Order: sequence, then C-alpha cells, then structure tokens
Amino acid sequence: MTRTMPFASVADVSERLAAVGYLPSDAIATTVFLASELGKPLLIEGPAGVGKTALAQAVSDATGSPLVRLQCYEGVDEARALYEWNHAKQLLRITASKDESWDETRADIFSEEFLLARPLLTAIRNEEPTVLLIDETDKADIEIEGLLLEVLGDFQITIPEMGTVRARHRPFVVLTSNASRELSEALRRRCIFLHVDYPDSDLEERIVQAKVPGLEHSLTKSIVRVINALRELPLRKAPSVSETIDWANTLLALGAVELDEDTMRDSLGVILKHRSDQEKAQKLLDMESALAR
Amino acid sequence: MTGGPDVGPDPYGLQQRLVDFVTALRTKGIMVGTGETVDAAEAMTRLGLDERSILREGLAGTLTRKHSQRETFDEVFDIYFPPRVGRPRSAEQVPADFDVETLRDMLVETLAVADLDALGELAEIAVDRFGEIGGDPAGWSAKQTLDRVQPQNLLARTMGLRGDDDAVVELGGVSPRDQVRDLIGRFRERVEDEARRRTSETRGRERMVLTAVQAQTEHVDFLSANAEQLEEMRRGVRALARRLATRLSVRRRRSHRNTIDIRRTMRKSMSTGGTPIDLVFAKPRPSRPDLVLLCDVSSSVSGFSGFTMLLVQAMKNQFKKVKVYAFVNAMADVTELISVDGDEDGAGLQARILEQAHVQHGTSSSDYGAAFAEFVARDLESIGSRSSVLILGDARTNYREPGLDDLREIRARSNRTFWLNPEQENIWGTGDSAAFDYADVVEMHECRSVEQLGEFVSRLLPA
Ligand SMILES: Nc1ncnc2c1ncn2[C@@H]1O[C@H](COP(=O)(O)OP(=O)(O)OP(=O)(O)O)[C@@H](O)[C@H]1O
Ligand SMILES: [Mg+2]
Repeated sequence: MTRTMPFASVADVSERLAAVGYLPSDAIATTVFLASELGKPLLIEGPAGVGKTALAQAVSDATGSPLVRLQCYEGVDEARALYEWNHAKQLLRITASKDESWDETRADIFSEEFLLARPLLTAIRNEEPTVLLIDETDKADIEIEGLLLEVLGDFQITIPEMGTVRARHRPFVVLTSNASRELSEALRRRCIFLHVDYPDSDLEERIVQAKVPGLEHSLTKSIVRVINALRELPLRKAPSVSETIDWANTLLALGAVELDEDTMRDSLGVILKHRSDQEKAQKLLDMESALAR
Repeated sequence: MTGGPDVGPDPYGLQQRLVDFVTALRTKGIMVGTGETVDAAEAMTRLGLDERSILREGLAGTLTRKHSQRETFDEVFDIYFPPRVGRPRSAEQVPADFDVETLRDMLVETLAVADLDALGELAEIAVDRFGEIGGDPAGWSAKQTLDRVQPQNLLARTMGLRGDDDAVVELGGVSPRDQVRDLIGRFRERVEDEARRRTSETRGRERMVLTAVQAQTEHVDFLSANAEQLEEMRRGVRALARRLATRLSVRRRRSHRNTIDIRRTMRKSMSTGGTPIDLVFAKPRPSRPDLVLLCDVSSSVSGFSGFTMLLVQAMKNQFKKVKVYAFVNAMADVTELISVDGDEDGAGLQARILEQAHVQHGTSSSDYGAAFAEFVARDLESIGSRSSVLILGDARTNYREPGLDDLREIRARSNRTFWLNPEQENIWGTGDSAAFDYADVVEMHECRSVEQLGEFVSRLLPA
C-alpha cells in the first residue's frame, strides 16, 4: 500500500485549497497537512455549515483525487457502507444455469460481476489515490464505528466468498461530525482532530469575496459584521458560512449597494430560518437603529 | 505571521520538552496516550518550529480529542512553548523613573487608537515594573499589576480622547464604548499571559501548570465524561463549594456596604426640604432561598445529576432548606440518601438511589410526564412561595407525554423555576428531546460542565 503525500508544506496546502475556492484557516491547513503526512484520518467537528464537507471536496479538487463519500444516517449498515451482493442478479444467474455443476455456479455468482461495492470498498479498491469522506459520522449508530475502526485500521476488507482486498493507496480519510452523539474514544484516538468554528471576520470576508466575486467590498464587510452580531444572539440556529454566502448572493441579485434597514428586513429570511429567530434579530435591529438615531 | 516559539538556547532537548508537555497535559486531565505522543513528535518534526501558531495547531490536532480540551491545552502550551523567554525588550528600554501614571497615560492613548501590538508591549512593561512579587525565586503577579494600573478605570478618559459619538453605531456593529471595554479586557489578558510566562521561567513549568492552569475537569462535558473524569470532578466538589461560598460572601459584604436605597433616601429627605442628608442603606436582601431539586437520574444523565446533587449538598448551609427528589419514571424523595461525607463517589450514590428509592418501575427509561404528575399529586407542598426549583435533565422524553401542565403548576407555585440541561443547546429539540417545549414554560439553561454549573449556582443565590 503506497502512501501519497501530495502536499509539500502547510503553506502549500493553503495555496492549493485556495486555488480551488476553499480558504482554510491555519488550523485547517495544518491538520490537513498532518493527516496527509502521518496517513491518519482527519476527524472534523464543528457547527453546521462551517465548511466541513466542503473541505473534503476541496482536498479532492486540489489533489485531483476522486472523492468517495459515505453519507451516514441512522440505520446505515454494512450493506450500505461496505458492499452487498446483487441478489436479484444472482438469482437470475442461477435460473439460467443449465449444464453447470453447483460448484461452478457458486464460484460464478460470488464474483466481481455480482458484487455491489459501497463507498468504503470503492475507496479501498480504487486504482488511484482517493479522498474518502465519511460524512456526518455522528448520525450513524454506534455499531458502525466498529466497522470503521476495522477498515481505517489496516485499510483492508475481507469478503468471505472472494478473499481479502487491500488498498493500493492509502486513502485520505475525512470524518465529519456535528457532535449530536459523542464518537467513541477508540475512533477519536485514531484520528487527527480538528475543530472548525465560524471563521474570524477577516477570513469570512475573504470567503465571501471568493464565492461572490461581484459584491462591493464595503457591502461584504457589512454583511460579515451583521452575521457576527447575529451569532452572538441566543438563536435556535445561528447563521453559518452557507447563510453568509446565500445572503451575499441574494443581495447581489437584488442589486443592493448598501445594507440599510429595509434591505435587511426584507432578506432576513435568507439567513434565519426559524420564525422566533427572525423576531429576535428584528428586536436587535430596532434597538440598534434606535441607538443610531 | 508571528514567528516561532522561543525554545533556545536552553540545553533541554525538544523531545524531552514534548514529553514533559504531555505529562503536564495529563495532570490536567487530558489523557494523552503513547501513540499520540509519537504522532505529536512526528508532527513537530514535519512542521518545524518556524511558526508557533502552526506548531500549536499541529500539536492540538495530534494530542487533543475534543474541543472542550482546547482551552486547557492552550494554557499549558503557552507555558511549554512560550513565544519568548526572559525579560522583554520593551521593558529594558523603559527609563528608570517610569511610574504608574506614565503607564496609564500611555495606555489611554493606546486604547484610543486600538493598537494591539502596543497594548501587548505595555502589558509586558506593566508586569515587569509593577507586577514583581518577592520570594525566592521571584515571581510576577497579574493581580498586583492590575491592582496598580487599574485599567478598568480608564474607560472614560479613553472615550474622551477618542472624542467620537457613542450613540453612532453601525448596523450590527459594536459601540465605541464596548470596543474600548473589549480592548481593556485584552490588556488584562495580556497581563495575565505575561505574568504566567515570566513566573514559569523562574519557578518552573510543572509548578506553574499545577497552580495556574485550571483543571480540565472544569470544562469536561458531563455527558461525555468517563468514569475517571467523573471521579476527578467529585473529588473537586467540596473545593468548588468552598470557592463559590467565598465568592458569595465577598459579594454579599460588598453589596451590603454599598447599596444605597435611593427611593428611601429621597423620601426621608423630604422632611429636610429635599436635601438628602441621611443616606439610607438597603436592607440585606431577603433570606436564603429554599431549594427544591428534581433530578433525572436515568443513566444518560446520571453523571450530571449526581454531581449536581453532591454540589448542592455540599453547599447546604447557603440555603435555608434543601430538598432533593430523583426520578427515572417515578418520583422519590432522596434528600436523606445524599451525603458528601459518607462516600464521595457518585457511582455509589447512583446505585444507592436506584436501590433504596422508588425512582423507577418497569422500564428503566425516563418518563418526565409521569414523574412530574406524581410529584404534583403528592409532593407539591414541599414547594413554597420562597422556593427555587431546579430541574435537572436532558428533556429526552422517549416520545412520551411531556407533562407540560404539571410543570406549569410547579413553576406557578415556586418563586423561580429553572431547568438545567446538560445537552449542547444546538441539539435541543432533536429526536425525542422536548427541550423547547419545556423551555417555553420555564427558563432553561445549557449546563454542560462543572464551570457552567458553578456559574449558575452562584447566580442562583442572593447577593
Ligand atoms: N473556508 C471556506 N472557504 C470557502 N468556502 C467555505 C469555507 N467554509 C465554508 N464554506 C462554504 O460554506 C458552505 C457550507 O459548507 P459545508 O456544507 O461544507 O458545511 P458543513 O460544515 O459540512 O455543514 P453541515 O454540518 O451542515 O454538513 C459551502 O458552500 C462552502 O463552500
Ligand atoms: Mg456537511
């Protein structure tokens, strides 16, 4: 199994991620570099919409390696994560076999042709270096962690009917979690840990400029400032980077040149989805405009 | 770009420094394994020492496993990989007759223009000049420095110098006054960092970590704490109770001395033709509250409930009366079962409650609705109009009837009712959590760590 270490340095990570539209903080660039150098999975935790999933995509883009994604959910199992046999096709094959011995048939139906590879197997079998994204790991039941530990431990998978598949290249593995459930210590121990939080204002402004290039710089600044103020409020769902970008796009489409009260009021729905959150934000705005008067 | 840590020219090898660093982390409850130490060593080799912030992020990535460990990690990192060593250059250039007033003048100017670098240098100078405390070896005290410089009293002067209109705030922006407050806060932090940095050089890193870094268990999530960490927390319960009690008594003394009852002074002064001559001091606030605790002790939250019960018990004399009820799906009075003196281990407490009190029948999953109903039917009398009621639990009802009406009754009968939820607020309301329904009825607070709990309990008590 070869190890691919596509990055020359932390600075190289930053530059190449930026070149594909992802602007990493120091913490992000450093841990991506280390995960790649040490060949360990990168475990990313943090609130919704701060760019956890997008980071895996960006590493894939920046290194030209295909991205294989295992989206976790409650009840995801081995058959969905690893592989399963195509039963329908196997049965068809059995009915079609006329003059073969059963041994021949058995050998035949448990072969490549009837195997449905799921993300973990796909990533391991890939001929080229691969980015394997195990997204929202916390949504899966705890049992799946046993499977992950096995696969991420030695990057090989045993299929009883066919033998053991070893990875040609060690994939670059990213696990993400929203911490809706604590992941096990055993899994954590195996990973490089990265907590991603909302970016600081400076970085967020640069992200907006990169994603919404047409926007006036002063408007970008105002947007980020208001978003940051909103994140201070006790909201049910604080606006994330995705909302910042959506809002910037909306304002650009509306042809807004500055963020006045009316514009804000009219577009609040883009950044805050809950009614009660919108009301809280409205109160803040009223208070501030009262102050400003 | 900030440059690398100052690790030379001491003879102390880098590997050794790393091992000592890891050992120090372990004393603070960050349990780093050998494998991770090896990873960290490799990380150090690959990242180099040119950039301190990159080294810090890399070591954090290999040595921590949870975000809650990060604050402690950073404090210990500052001690083992300081940005520089020795007396800062800024302090060496200061003339001999430099006094505290000069420093304050410079601080006002610096605050007014929000120059962060200069603020850092002034903090270094302040610690160097006014923070030194005797002893052998010498040490530097942040508290002494701040007591002498009194940065908090420079707000008005700084605002005057800035001369801008405090009423003008940009949308979503921060008012000038708050900006200056924030800068003063930063100055204070710089002073604390600098005092810690210098003292750790003369008095040794281990000792510094021991005394100046808060133990990790203060920040550990109740819900994810392992048995060892819970044990640590429990061992600290009395110390925490004592700290809170001291803080409260200081607060009380201060407030009783200083509170002037404006209305009564004015009324009294009517007799002297409007000139308020006799200041009327406020009466000490009403007596200590009654406390009634309703604790979910089902296994998902038992660590949190157990700790809180012990804490309340340890602070018993701060309250007029404490009553503790526990429930899983049946409510039982367990006041007598909790003793801090007996065995301090909470696992024992949990077992004792499950064994000796009728807190569950049939299944072992919580049923808030049933427990509240039972309480209202049988024990409502234990709540008086002076009582504070504290409900502890994750509000996970297993999709059963939440019992909102009974909760309303409890609230209505009490003076105040609060709910402490050990779950992170952003997962409230997901799955079977009825947190938002309950939060509509009573004030709910996220309470995930010893630190947050301590804050809350001390706010609960009257000043
Ligand atoms: N540093 C960044 N540079 C560029 N784009 C970013 C950055 N951070 C976030 N984004 C953008 O923010 C959006 C949300 O990111 P993403 O979907 O990856 O969030 P997430 O953390 O995976 O959230 P969730 O927990 O909800 O899955 C994406 O459109 C992404 O492009
Ligand atoms: Mg995602």
